[in-house]
Amino acid sequence: MTRTVPRPVAPQAPAVPAAGLRATARIVARAGHGGTSRSNGAESGGGTSRLPVLEGGGPFALRRVQSHADQARVCLVGAMSAPLGGDRLRIEATAEAGASLRITAAAATVALPGRTGELATYDVHLTVGDGARLEWLPEPLISAEGSDLRMTTTIDLAPTARLVFREEQILGRSGEHTGALRSRLTVRQAGRVLLDQETAYGPGAPGWDTSAVLGGHRAVGQFLVAGPEFTDRPAEVRLLGGAAGDGAAQGVLAPLAGPAALATVVAPDGLSLRRLLDQAAAG
Amino acid sequence: MSERSERAIQRCALSECEAERSVGAPPVEDWGSVGMSRAALLVLADGRFPAGGHAHSGGAEPAVAAGHIKDAATLETFCRGRLHTAGLVAAGLAAAAAAGLDPLLLDDAADARTPVPALRQVARRLGRQMMRAARATWPSAALDALAAARPRGAHQPVVLGLAARSAGLTPLDAAYAVAYENISGPATAVVRLLSLDPFDATAVLARLTDDLEQVAEQATEAAHRAVTEGLGALPAASAPLLDIAAEAHAAWPVRLFAS
Amino acid sequence: MHLDHQDGFPERHTYSAAAPVRGDGTRRALRIGLGGPVGTGKTATVAALCRVLREEFSIAVVTNDIYTREDAEFLRREAVLPTERIVAVETGACPHTAIRDDISANLEAVEDLEESVGPLDLVLVESGGDNLTATFSKGLVDAQIFVIDTAGGDDIPRKGGPGVTTADLLVVNKTDLAPYVGVDLDGMARDAKAQRGELPVAFTALKQPDGVKPVADWVRAQLTHWTTATA
Repeated sequence: MTRTVPRPVAPQAPAVPAAGLRATARIVARAGHGGTSRSNGAESGGGTSRLPVLEGGGPFALRRVQSHADQARVCLVGAMSAPLGGDRLRIEATAEAGASLRITAAAATVALPGRTGELATYDVHLTVGDGARLEWLPEPLISAEGSDLRMTTTIDLAPTARLVFREEQILGRSGEHTGALRSRLTVRQAGRVLLDQETAYGPGAPGWDTSAVLGGHRAVGQFLVAGPEFTDRPAEVRLLGGAAGDGAAQGVLAPLAGPAALATVVAPDGLSLRRLLDQAAAG
Repeated sequence: MSERSERAIQRCALSECEAERSVGAPPVEDWGSVGMSRAALLVLADGRFPAGGHAHSGGAEPAVAAGHIKDAATLETFCRGRLHTAGLVAAGLAAAAAAGLDPLLLDDAADARTPVPALRQVARRLGRQMMRAARATWPSAALDALAAARPRGAHQPVVLGLAARSAGLTPLDAAYAVAYENISGPATAVVRLLSLDPFDATAVLARLTDDLEQVAEQATEAAHRAVTEGLGALPAASAPLLDIAAEAHAAWPVRLFAS
Repeated sequence: MHLDHQDGFPERHTYSAAAPVRGDGTRRALRIGLGGPVGTGKTATVAALCRVLREEFSIAVVTNDIYTREDAEFLRREAVLPTERIVAVETGACPHTAIRDDISANLEAVEDLEESVGPLDLVLVESGGDNLTATFSKGLVDAQIFVIDTAGGDDIPRKGGPGVTTADLLVVNKTDLAPYVGVDLDGMARDAKAQRGELPVAFTALKQPDGVKPVADWVRAQLTHWTTATA
């Protein structure tokens, strides 16, 4: 019997490509003087966090921007078009114990098809030490028609680490179909897995464009806040946006099983997606 | 069942003790009952198995209210999406539990894959009901131990997987049972919600059997990888609308189904 | 750190009503089911029983609604028992399934009540309004009451059906309406006798003072029998 269902590509690491860019960016934030001794986090403590490691490379240009109180700030500037098919990109960012770091981006990242039809990989690894705070607030990832990107985001949080994390995916540029976008988000807190989710959209991902998953929406995002303050006061469930079925952006903010809250939003476009994620962030 | 999956089970049974310890799998000799009692699968997968499923729509009730499900065709679309996301995750957990991986670690893995409390609560409530039925039908020390460790209920697919193991079924059998239940529940609910022709609803399930087979095999292969690679190898497919709608539905003052 | 399940409940060992004792060896509550067609006065009977018996016994109620939670909310509004003693089981539009074919949710509810507010003497399990064939599983309840009313017509006892025929107590409610709906109560009693043999029938008019007395007396007798039989 002929199988009619497209078999999804296995999620193991693909074979090493013949061509394509390999680049890793590294960022380390270290607590300023007096920042490490405070048990309640770094916001009010000590001097401004320093950036002993700030290495760009390939498509990543890292720009140090004006710090804010004790928080070091870095802006990710795309130096070239990436990821293209075949590229292997990686970002590692660490906020060491007591440090405070915010990472933003200057523009959206666009996943584009490569010359060979090979897939691209983009791995983000964030590490947050005790009493440290990391804000990861990039611009959306846009999956262009014909592209094929595997993304992983792995986050390791120490027991008293704080995280603010935003992820936005736009399926297709204006007026085009989406590429293939598979993204795994794994958050560990004190060694225990707090959140493990994979999104798979576009060609090769069965069932993605259905009323159980996206319901016709083309923008999807998450906003995650984790920290010890949720241990005693879990977040309250809050519905965001319009009623189901009217096509408008909708979402929910809800407590995870550990000390963290996650907002999940689907929207017709990036603008309404951001608006609702901002609402979730505003608490 | 495909030959490939049969082979995967063999591989699993022969895998190294070192790797098994990392996820709490039992000694190799305990895996010997695999494949002994296929008929038990019919009992386990029967829609009348008294484990509480009849009161749940699997997200179909809010999908009907939103106008997403209005006939057999839209029911099929919904079920296909649910099957390849929530169904795949549940089938992976069940296959892993049936393969003998530590049910408590699997229960944590289920929590990490269920980002909204409404669905975690439903999974635990149904898990507790499944546990009651399973301990009466296929009593085992493993079920007793999980019941003692999670008196408020472990996630239902984990309990079902362990029940399958107690019944002498394979990980693939457990994955099939969970995957099938994952779409038969909504289909049955939509028959009640929309007065949909029950023949049409059953035809929808029949049209999804290729997808079912694919999901069950994919889940089983992932469970086998989890033996060596850890529980991160288990599927974690997310369905944002199911999560959002589950919380909205939980707040409805009047509803026909518990979820 | 796990925020969903920090509470500890003892392990449960019972699968069904078959065992008269709980996991810890103490006697569990007597469970009485109340079923019957829509609008005959099941919820009113439960409310009246609670008011009459709550001083003598420790009571809790489980409701099985068609539309979830409505009956439970009525009972809470009427304050027949403290809120925590009233629990609603959701039935997915099929109350008879939840009380007969798949009783798992009801058993969970009963056991949860015994653990959270217990020890209890009596748990009343009310079915959502259903048809004449709805009966409770023996795995769920120790005895069952079937409630019909005069407004439904005096031919219901004659027609029989599992509820009318086999219930441990048949209640014919709204006897005060009999003259207005042209119902022959003596005829109903004769028909019920023919269908039920020695099984008792109680005629009630809940709107009247102490109208629930025949049912309350029967429940008291059941409780006496339960405590002596399982002592």
